[in-house]
Amino acid sequence: MSEAAISPASARLAASPYARFLGLRIELAGETVTGVLPFAPHLIGNVVLPALHGGVVGAFLELTALAQLAQLAPGVSARTVDVTVDYLRSSRAVDSFARAEVLRLGRRVANVRAVAWQGDERRPVATLRGHFLLGRGTP
Amino acid sequence: MTDESPAPDLRLMARGTPQSLALGVDVGEGWGGGLMRAPFRADLVGDPALGGLADGVIYTLLDQACGAAIGVAVKARAGMQGRELAMGAMATLDFRIDYVRPARAGADVTAQAECLRIDGELAFVRGAAFETDLDDPIALVQAAFMLSSPSAGA
Repeated sequence: MSEAAISPASARLAASPYARFLGLRIELAGETVTGVLPFAPHLIGNVVLPALHGGVVGAFLELTALAQLAQLAPGVSARTVDVTVDYLRSSRAVDSFARAEVLRLGRRVANVRAVAWQGDERRPVATLRGHFLLGRGTP
Repeated sequence: MTDESPAPDLRLMARGTPQSLALGVDVGEGWGGGLMRAPFRADLVGDPALGGLADGVIYTLLDQACGAAIGVAVKARAGMQGRELAMGAMATLDFRIDYVRPARAGADVTAQAECLRIDGELAFVRGAAFETDLDDPIALVQAAFMLSSPSAGA
């Protein structure tokens, strides 16, 4: 095995069986994480439109936020306290992308917002605002 | 076998999307509308150190249960007005979820949602996810949905 460095953000997602179930991966530019959710038929929530399941979109935003937190604060665990997701337009059956901004990285809590989009980054499909409880070292 | 299997439309509300089907979401025997369960599966764990179903699974389960609760409420309202059910599309407007505590390792999770009010094309819902006891919730949700009638061209 090579010693190629795995980013803290990638490691955070690799540890989650559920992130693999979704097919979620990340791209890293500097310290900025972009979540990538390739379209897959099992992600559909509305077969008529068709559109991604609202729960999938919410989970995608939350996992992107957690990956960004892991990248900015390696070694610090984060647990989601609450998230509020606004759905701006339906998420179509195509690849999705998301980026999260850590507004405040406190000692115990982080405030994060995240945005998901599909074809056009200027036309977001959903936004998230959330609080994450941070754990530093052994409790 | 006694015929206590859930009404087909309630089962459809749980299993009627590819994502909820992929998660294995289903209803129990005799369950009412807005109540559904995600069985534990190792490939749906969020954090192996904790061993419970992922937040995202619980989020999706609650979203699905909220939709079902609205579906039941819309159907009841149509029935009272002597109309045939005419359910159009349903879109989540905003969804607020509090993760009160992590889901227990290896446990199935059940969600219960209730439709608080339907006002024109708006529906307000709340719900909770739990293992066995509604009074010991894993997560609480409050959400608003937009309804569109099929005649409106959705």
